Amino acid sequence: MFEQVMFWLFGAGAVVTAGMVVAPPFNRNPVHAALALIASFFCMAGLYMLLLAHLLAVLQILVYAGAIMVLFLFVIMLLNLGDHELGKQSSSVGQMIGLVAMAFVTSKLVVTLATSADSLPHGADPAAPEALVRDGFGTVATVGDAMFRHYLVPFELTAILLLIAVIGAVVLAKRNL
Amino acid sequence: MSAALHPASAPALAQALSTPHSLPHTAADLVAQPWLASLLGVGAIMAFLTLNVLFLIWAERKVSAWIQRRMGPTEVGPYGLFQTLADMLKLISKQLITPSHVDRPLYLLAPLVVFAPVVVAVSLFPFAPGLAVTDVDLGLLLVFAFAGLGIIGIFMAGWGSNNKYALLGAMRSVAQNVSYEIPLILSALAVVLLASHPEGVTLEAGTPSAHTVPLLGTSLAHITLAQEAQGYWFVLVQPVAFVIYFVAALAETNRAPFDIPEAESELVAGFHTEYSGMRFAMFFFAEYTNMLVVSMVATVLFLGGWDGPLLPGPVWFFLKTYTLLFGMIWVRWTWPRLRFDQLMRLCWGLLVPVAILNLLGAAVLAEVL
Amino acid sequence: MIEIYEPYIPVLLIAMIVVVLAGVILLANGLLGPKRPTRLKGIPYESGVDPVDSPRHRFSVKFYMTAILFLVFDLEVVFLYPWAVNYNGFLADPGFAATAFGSMAAFLVILALGLFYEYKRGAMSWD
Repeated sequence: MFEQVMFWLFGAGAVVTAGMVVAPPFNRNPVHAALALIASFFCMAGLYMLLLAHLLAVLQILVYAGAIMVLFLFVIMLLNLGDHELGKQSSSVGQMIGLVAMAFVTSKLVVTLATSADSLPHGADPAAPEALVRDGFGTVATVGDAMFRHYLVPFELTAILLLIAVIGAVVLAKRNL
Repeated sequence: MSAALHPASAPALAQALSTPHSLPHTAADLVAQPWLASLLGVGAIMAFLTLNVLFLIWAERKVSAWIQRRMGPTEVGPYGLFQTLADMLKLISKQLITPSHVDRPLYLLAPLVVFAPVVVAVSLFPFAPGLAVTDVDLGLLLVFAFAGLGIIGIFMAGWGSNNKYALLGAMRSVAQNVSYEIPLILSALAVVLLASHPEGVTLEAGTPSAHTVPLLGTSLAHITLAQEAQGYWFVLVQPVAFVIYFVAALAETNRAPFDIPEAESELVAGFHTEYSGMRFAMFFFAEYTNMLVVSMVATVLFLGGWDGPLLPGPVWFFLKTYTLLFGMIWVRWTWPRLRFDQLMRLCWGLLVPVAILNLLGAAVLAEVL
Repeated sequence: MIEIYEPYIPVLLIAMIVVVLAGVILLANGLLGPKRPTRLKGIPYESGVDPVDSPRHRFSVKFYMTAILFLVFDLEVVFLYPWAVNYNGFLADPGFAATAFGSMAAFLVILALGLFYEYKRGAMSWD
């Protein structure tokens, strides 16, 4: 019962706030959109928590609501686009393409959800979903064990990816330094 | 993965530990109803935090007066103790001024966004075995995550205020806070590494009730237990991490010598220039509570939390916390303010590299210990 | 089986209660405090001078550089936590101890290169 209530609360919250990011109801202020995105991230963290992925939920708050939002806000401050630069809101080819894409994704999603009832692992009891989850699932110790014993190469590649990100940022910004 | 690493075993472990104390483990166990426990927890924590803020502001004024050979507040109550209470009552009855052309939703929500996360962060701490609102396996990370949320509120206040001083102060504050979060978390990591024992350690060795339990370095209770089990506080084996943590904590709380975001002589009051009445009081409350939070984290990580001889656990916990808070006040009234470029160079050029080296050193140390 | 997110429920509830409580305090102050707004009180504070221009100007790209660096190192810390928590467990496994140390040392060296590069290019000099 509690789980259902929380799921609908977080799920609805995530969808509504995400809608406020792409289509702000009152004005086209990019700062408002960015802050709505934080609210959306929070609801996502709640959903992760319900899925027993503790670490992911806490990292969602720490990294997304913290670091990535700061980056977004600083980029907004850097560009500081006013209504003048954003231009008038009008229907265009781009919006039509967006609508078609959204309809496509929605239909895909509905089909996937409608057929997902029989995608539980073989022999699993849908009434007792906890039985599907091994002890320690989603905890920092389990994640660490998997990461360093089984996914060591992707882990090291991540370091190189982050290095490229730093160098790319410096090269892009260097013109202005 | 062993069943013992299951986070549900954490309450069981503490339950086992708290049997001699005959205290219920958490408020949640006490009333068996999470909402009732939360209500009680919030009540107790808000009362404590209000007292703490009233006391800390008084202490700050008295210590600064003592350092500068002045008297400080003397009029209201014995030794001026009730001065802050009088100030607070005054603030409640003040007019709330909303300047023209503010970004209303952001301006009005900002005090809430700064205030709420720090209070939640306080609720995660174990003050003694059996004395905690809740005990989560990722407590340390969650405290950092919630403490980091304040910067969103600071940005909202600065951007929403439609004031040059406020926006400049907010931008400096956010840049400073995010920069110093890195050495702060990196220095805590060295302790997490030493405190964490997934293979298990023996608690209360040599007694009939000795038992082996795995310890998780991200749980605040487990970090304290690790120091109890090993018989020393982590400040002894990680003095460098402690110094880095303390410096970064000063910057995180925007205190001198890192009070550039609200440097009075250039930015008036920084991001809360345009706030009055209780809205201003809320920023003030959050600032002093944040000081308490970083000191409590330092107490758990480096000074053994509730661990100590003779005196009961909570007494030790708060003795250590308030000693650190005194240190923070002392530093503020002793050091002059840094320039912004010095601030950034200190963080990225010194603290971060040293913290990384210290972490590798801790990994080597873990093999020796 | 105990729901393993159970310890987190009070955290969520406390967050909700605190938000409501703070909202009530602010509302009470708004209702109880005097309400005598004047035009002069509403002017943005600029040390007594009439405000000049909008405060929302473009900010320096250095803020952006700081944010990128913060993001990269925040992610590094996120990877470090599972490692630090498991490290003593890795040490107990003699075949894996060297790999556990070496992999993280390599990770840190690669990221330190990025920090060093940014430092040398002067991306962090604020003067």
